[in-house]
This record gives sequence, C-alpha cells and structure tokens, in this order.
Amino acid sequence: MKALLEIDNVTLRFGGVVAVNKVSFSVEEGEVFALVGPNGAGKSTLFNLVSRFYDPVEGDIRFAGESILDRRPHEIARLGIARTFQNIELFEQATVLQNLLVGRHRHRQGSFAGQILFTPFVRKEERRHREAVEKVIDFLDLQPYREKYIAGLPYGVRKVVELGRALAIEPRLLLLDEPASGLSVEETQDVAFWIEDIRKQMGITVLMVEHDMHLVSSVSDRVLALADGKMLSLGTLQEVQNDPAVIEAYIGTSDEHERVVA
Amino acid sequence: MRMIFKTSYDADINLFRDREQGFWYMTLLVLSLILPFLLDTFWLGEITNVLIWAIAGMGLMILVGQTGQASLGHAAFLAVGCYANVLLQDPVGLPFILSFPLAGLIAGLAGMLIALPMTRLHGVYLAIGTLAIAILTEDLIVIAEPLTSGVMGLVAPTINIFGLEFDRYGTPGRFYWLVLAIAILMVLAYRNILRTPLGRSFAAIRDSEVSARAMGVNVAWTKAISFGISSTITGLAGALMGHFAGIFNNETFNIIISIQLLLMIVIGGLGSIHGAFFGAIIVALMPQTIAILRDTAGSVFGGGSVAIPGLESAIFGAILILFILFEPMGIYGRWVKIRTYFQLFPFYRRDMFRRQKSYLKTERMR
Repeated sequence: MKALLEIDNVTLRFGGVVAVNKVSFSVEEGEVFALVGPNGAGKSTLFNLVSRFYDPVEGDIRFAGESILDRRPHEIARLGIARTFQNIELFEQATVLQNLLVGRHRHRQGSFAGQILFTPFVRKEERRHREAVEKVIDFLDLQPYREKYIAGLPYGVRKVVELGRALAIEPRLLLLDEPASGLSVEETQDVAFWIEDIRKQMGITVLMVEHDMHLVSSVSDRVLALADGKMLSLGTLQEVQNDPAVIEAYIGTSDEHERVVA
Repeated sequence: MRMIFKTSYDADINLFRDREQGFWYMTLLVLSLILPFLLDTFWLGEITNVLIWAIAGMGLMILVGQTGQASLGHAAFLAVGCYANVLLQDPVGLPFILSFPLAGLIAGLAGMLIALPMTRLHGVYLAIGTLAIAILTEDLIVIAEPLTSGVMGLVAPTINIFGLEFDRYGTPGRFYWLVLAIAILMVLAYRNILRTPLGRSFAAIRDSEVSARAMGVNVAWTKAISFGISSTITGLAGALMGHFAGIFNNETFNIIISIQLLLMIVIGGLGSIHGAFFGAIIVALMPQTIAILRDTAGSVFGGGSVAIPGLESAIFGAILILFILFEPMGIYGRWVKIRTYFQLFPFYRRDMFRRQKSYLKTERMR
C-alpha cells in the first residue's frame, strides 16, 4: 500500500495560538483513517488545511505524491479530494438533485457558448451527470427527497445529502467532518455501513473526524488522537485508547478512562 | 389534483415540464405575437416598455437572484449599452444588427472588469461599491462630453435592419416584435444557463461560497462570469431603452433607475424569470396607472388632475414594504401558491410553503 495523503510536519498558527503543531501522518490508499480528540484539538483545522482554505506556516501536504500547497482551493476537488462540513454547508435554496449535480462540477465539459445555446452535446452531458447522480441517490436511499428543497429537509437527511454530494465528485479521498454528529443510533449505523461500502465497493479512501467511538471502532483501520494541535497517539483504536497521553488529555487522570473514551 | 410521472431524465432537462405547460407557454407566445393587432399605439408602446424592463430585470436577476450578489449600480450598464449602441451607429457607422450585439459585449466586458475587484466584497459592501459605480458612470457621461454630448444628450437613430425600419412611433408594431424577439432569446439563454453546470455553480455561490469552493467551483471567476452575463443582458436592454426613449442623457440612467431595477426584481420574485416579468409589469405600468387614477380621481372629486410630486416613489416604496412584510418571495411566490392551491385542490395546506428553521452556517472560514 502507498500513501495517498501525506501530512508532513505541518504547523498552523492563528496569531499566537498554535492550532496545528508539527503534525505528521499519512493516509494509506484504501484505508479508513480517523482523527479523534477533544474540541479545539485541530481536527477540523487539518481538514481545512487539506482543502487549502488555510495556508500552513510550515510543513508540506502531499496528495498522491505531489504537493498541493501550490494549488488553489477550487483545484482540490479536481484532484479528487471531496469533503463534508461539520455544520452542513448545503445549497439551501436548491433541490437535493441540484445539490448533487453541483458535485459533478469537476466532471463538466462543454464550452461557455455551448451551455448558453444548450447544444445536443450539453444535453448528452447532462444525462451523463444525472446517471452518475442517480447512482449516488440509489446508494444512499435518497429517492424520496430528490425534488425536495434543502431548506425544508430534516437534519438527518441533510447530513446524508452532504455525503452524497461529496460522493458525486467521484473522489479518491473523502474527508468526512463528523459524519455522525447529531444523528440517531440507527442513522449512525447506516453511516457505518455506507463508509464500509464506500471503501470496499467504490475504493475510496476515507479520512474522518468523529467523536462517536462506536462508529470509529467499527469502521476505522487506524486512529490519530490530537489535543491542542499536537499529535498524541497513532495506531489502532485499541492502542490509542490505552495510550496514557490520550487518557490524560481526555480526563486528566488514568482512572476510569474507559467510561469516557468508550 | 394531477401527478407528473417522469419516465426519462430528459423530463427534467427539457424546457417544458410536460405538454400542458408547453401548451400554455405556446398560447402566451401566440397571444404576444398578435398583440399589435389588438392594442392601440399607446398601449403597445407601454407593453414594449414592459418587455424592455423585463430584459433589464433578467440581467439583474442572473446576478442577484441566481448568484446572490447585490448590485445597486446596474443603471451604469444600461447606460454603457445605450451609449455604445448609438455611438457605434452614428459616428462609427455600423448597422444596428452589429452595433446592438457589440453594445451588449462592451457592457459585458465592463461588467467583468468591474466584477473582478468588486466581488471580493460581500453583501451590503458590494451594494455600496456598485452604487459608487453607478454614480461614477453618471458623472462620466457628463465629463465625456465630446463623445456623449453631456447633459444635452444624444438622439437614437431609427433602427434599420436590411432595409426594414423599426421605429417606436413610425412602426410601433415592428418595434414591438423586435423587442419581443430579443426578450424571447434572453429567456431561452437564461433557461439554458439554469439547466447547465454554469447556472448550478451560480446557485452554489449564492448559497454557500465555502462549499462551492470545495466542490471545485472557481468562486472569483464564476462571479465575474455572472457579472459579465448580467451586464451584457442589461446593456442590451439599455440599447433598446435608448431607441425606445428616442433621446437620452445622463439623467436617463440615474441612480433612481438602479434602485428601481433592484426593487423591481424583489417585488417580482427573486430567483425566477417570471419574477423579472412580473416586476417589469409593476414598474413600467405604474406611472401610467397612477396618472390615470389621478385623472379619474380629479374628475370625480372636481378640481381636475393635480400633480403630486413624489407620489410615484411613495406608492412604489409602499408596495415594496408590503411585499417584504407579507410575501418575501414576490409576486412569483404568490403566483406559485395560487397555482399549487388549484393543482392540489382540495389538499392545499396553509403552511405548505413554510420553510423549516435552518441551522446557522459556519462562520469560521469567512
């Protein structure tokens, strides 16, 4: 296996606050890699670094062997990196279908004039995008919501639509920012199954931030624990959970850590 | 109550949802084609004016309704289109068939040039920035007197396409058909934009720039494209306005026109082509309606007609306030509700269009 995403000694400071402090890890092709840690540990910040919303002060980020630091934010999706957001960033005044079709943006072809004239080629392209999006809709069971506007949908469905929009990009690497936050136990189980399928059937590598340890333990191969922007522990969930540094970051003492971490 | 059963993806791609919808729009098209035979010259002129305003409204709608970028300066692009069209005809000597599209192109390029620095601004700051552009343009027209004749104004020549004359007073029917054809072309272009990746990237920027970026949309460039298309269409409307008015100067495209354009699409209903047309009907017919009502009131109560300065603006403002309070989706929003009521009869519920409370968007990456 080779590394798909490499975070190499990355540091990010906001004024005097060190949000990410010399973090290095690599995500292997085909694995599910989880980032855990208390609030403010720098997990989402790492995502935003990979999305190129922030520039690291030092260090390098490589995707498929190439540095992405000279790429602009909108070029990241074109490379094959898709993401979801912690607080759901859907296009509210558009239907589920339209949201998913925006995910196809990087696959678009056809000239500016062709689009305005709606040439037969553009129509053929539209059908192709629709077919790709319908596959995602089938996969995530979104059929009842296809024509619904996001603004009227319940939270759980929005979460799924956001996952679907990321899948419509047909990425190589999928960044999931708390895919199970705010979901019920059943919905979380669905997410676990989907992540399994995304990895196994679609062959997409997954990097996720998650607080739900049941989800992390059921899907992830490796776990990295962060606190205050620093790496605490890297390994299987079992190894990370038993690491004294992790226990200390979560509860300060080594007693009764199981109840909190598990 | 009726159901639409879709059997192919094309049902969502086609211009019309089904045959019934196609039938109604064709009926509307036929009706608007035979209008010159049904109306007298005065009302035909008024309808032509409505169409010109609707074209300008569609231009602004692309920017405000589809891309979510406020502009209080669109009178500037009306002016650029109008002056470019007439100047290309008179001193340069191009025929209308060339000067008209070129005027649109010039307005579009001006829009893109302004957009590249301007769209870094958001919300109310963008509105103030574009407002400044509108004021600047008004003054530039006065300063560039050798070209524009300043406050004296310019006279638009009679349109001549391959020997056929199109004049508002001489051949009002022909002029109306010309404007109608351009309006229909603009509607088609608008619809095509909406059903392609271009229109979807506009909507993406409107609803969430952060996530548009993560989907691979080049936000700055797409905003510039939207500004460009918007100012092209507005510029074309400006060119027609010049021919319609016959004579125009810097006052024709003052700041009030910018504000009126924006209010027009808000009243009509943001984000829909229908909205531009509904809004145009209100804006373009309002002065005449008020004048007629005033004359009627004058003759009923005696004392003849009395000019009340500012009456028009006051009524316009009142209508806007009422819409924002009671129907933020504009006339089109109300129209959709009425239509749904009849389509679903008797299953319509009052809260059918009530939107669920949405969650706060992340402010972290602003």
